[in-house]
Amino acid sequence: MSSELRVWLHQRMLRVRIAEETIAERYSRQEIRTPVHLGTGQEAVAVGVCGALNDDDVIFSHHRCHNHYLAKGGSLNAFFAELFGREDGCSRGRGGSVHLTDLHAGVVATSAIVGQMVAVAVGAGYSFKSDKSNRVAATFFGDATLEEGGIYEAMNFASIHKTPTLFICENNLYSTESPLHVRSPKDTFGDRVAAFEIATELVDGNDVAEVWAAAQRGVVVCRNGDGPYFIECATYRWREHVGPNFDHDVGRTYRAREEFDAWKARCPIEHSKKALVRDGICSLADIEAWETATSVEVSQSVEFGLKSAWPTSNTLFENVW
Amino acid sequence: MSRQLTYAEALSEGLVQSMQRDDSIFVTGIAVDYPSGMFGTTSEALAKFGKERVFDAPAMENALTGIAIGAAAMGKRPVIVHPRNDFMFLAMDQLLNLASKWSYMYGGNAGRVPIVVRGIIGKGWGQGATHSQSLHAVLAHFPGLQVVLPSAPADAKQLTIAALTGTAPTVILEHRALYGDIGEVPEDFIAAEVGKARILREGSDVTIVATSLMAREALTAASELEKYNISVEVIDPRWIRPLDTQTICNSIRKTGRLIAADITWENCGFASEVAAMAVEKCFRDLVAPVRRITLPDCPAPVSLKLEEVFYPKASTLAKAALSLFDRREDGDLEQIDASDQFKGPY
Repeated sequence: MSSELRVWLHQRMLRVRIAEETIAERYSRQEIRTPVHLGTGQEAVAVGVCGALNDDDVIFSHHRCHNHYLAKGGSLNAFFAELFGREDGCSRGRGGSVHLTDLHAGVVATSAIVGQMVAVAVGAGYSFKSDKSNRVAATFFGDATLEEGGIYEAMNFASIHKTPTLFICENNLYSTESPLHVRSPKDTFGDRVAAFEIATELVDGNDVAEVWAAAQRGVVVCRNGDGPYFIECATYRWREHVGPNFDHDVGRTYRAREEFDAWKARCPIEHSKKALVRDGICSLADIEAWETATSVEVSQSVEFGLKSAWPTSNTLFENVW
Repeated sequence: MSRQLTYAEALSEGLVQSMQRDDSIFVTGIAVDYPSGMFGTTSEALAKFGKERVFDAPAMENALTGIAIGAAAMGKRPVIVHPRNDFMFLAMDQLLNLASKWSYMYGGNAGRVPIVVRGIIGKGWGQGATHSQSLHAVLAHFPGLQVVLPSAPADAKQLTIAALTGTAPTVILEHRALYGDIGEVPEDFIAAEVGKARILREGSDVTIVATSLMAREALTAASELEKYNISVEVIDPRWIRPLDTQTICNSIRKTGRLIAADITWENCGFASEVAAMAVEKCFRDLVAPVRRITLPDCPAPVSLKLEEVFYPKASTLAKAALSLFDRREDGDLEQIDASDQFKGPY
């Protein structure tokens, strides 16, 4: 891994983290009138995978999609404008937090229906394969998606047609407030996916270098016509399922405090920061400067979004067809 | 001399001509590449374009629809075929909660997903409750999805072309009982006008708006009603969404009477939609109560004797029309009903 890439991965994680924490800070102001599923703590999955993709590769995502949109390079201005429900939003204020798109960045679509985009990503991969292009379609989904039937239809088709699809499972152990053990006979998913003759990996989803390396292997497999490829990333969401709070601050006890603290101690950004400094790639002062620059960029995008025009009532019916 | 094709041949010709013009079209679904070629509607496409573009799919109605959406988002024009449209219940999430909303929900910025879903409607010979219904009312409830029901060979071809050249996701529901019907079909590549109903027969006393197989039944009823000096205008809406309310209202304003006939049920159904629309927009033009002719309010039975009373027919429509004039039939109206010759293949 080049130093340049490691710096890029870290900076991208900062972009995601600072944007999400800014939303959490501002959420009580009632400016963001859309349910948000914040991805704080899971940045390494999105950034590691998107770091292995080309600009013309595409991604699909789910309700907790901010990370993926921002990691792939989706417009920050259009992101905040969308959260504020404005005309300059990436979906012109019609989609909200869970329906993001930025085709220029390769973010095709995200959706809040669990598992819905897995088949769609297989379809995109099928299209690339039939065009004999070497593009790849990646789809992110949580562990609850492995409970939905449709994804097995999609994986079966992907395997039969060898579509260049990267299946990225973010196993954060909880579906809303339901722990994995009441929903699944096993706590990992590679075995069942391997039943479709799909290559699988299990990685530390909080180690951006490890995620990137696995995604890179998957991308090579897909580009060689031997896809699809499944990567399960063990990770943990810090905040509540939907909304800006920490569970324990609002009295929820479905996750033990000790468990939360242990995962927070495995912060993907702190991990990357220590490694960068340890390996002499940059100084702490460099990283602080990146953090400051990113905070400024995020603030400017918030301002952009708040200044963007509201959609006018005479546009209500636009794009129904 | 005009050229005649069957409904099935017309479906095939619309597909083949579209595929010749557009390399991005491919066809998939259960059995589309069987020698039987989906009752002859995909055989020529397979022969001309090969297995790259016409290929079998596993039993996966849900994900196959999602796959079509993803391929369409990347520039393809997928056609999915369901040998019975009843299997589309398994695809409702992708159809109604994604395809129909894609254009709107991403503000037009994620492009369009013009997938085409063909579903065949079954009827009779004991196909029963789960293989003898049409989903058009359910599908047309949701903004963003085009839903069409061809009743004649020319429409079968031209609605197919409209679906494969348009920008909106479209469901084509084809009636198996119409597959053998013969009619004039232009050889040219012509798309049906989007959202435009067809007046199948002009008349001045009563309007029958009838979908799919009921349009054919309405024409039979209209011929019979000539003997009673009742002039019937028959309108096939063709497009359940977008619906041509203008053509229907113009007709009601002329005749003052409406029978809305559909191949499914009354409750929250298409006949009810037409009836409500007529009362709302044409109340002062109506001189008689609006009638709905639909299926009895139970699932489709299997037994021959129950099937016989289950389906409304030409005689049902003729009797309904007569009742609007406080008249009764002279003799046996049932003799106008075509005997059901269907014995498969399904």
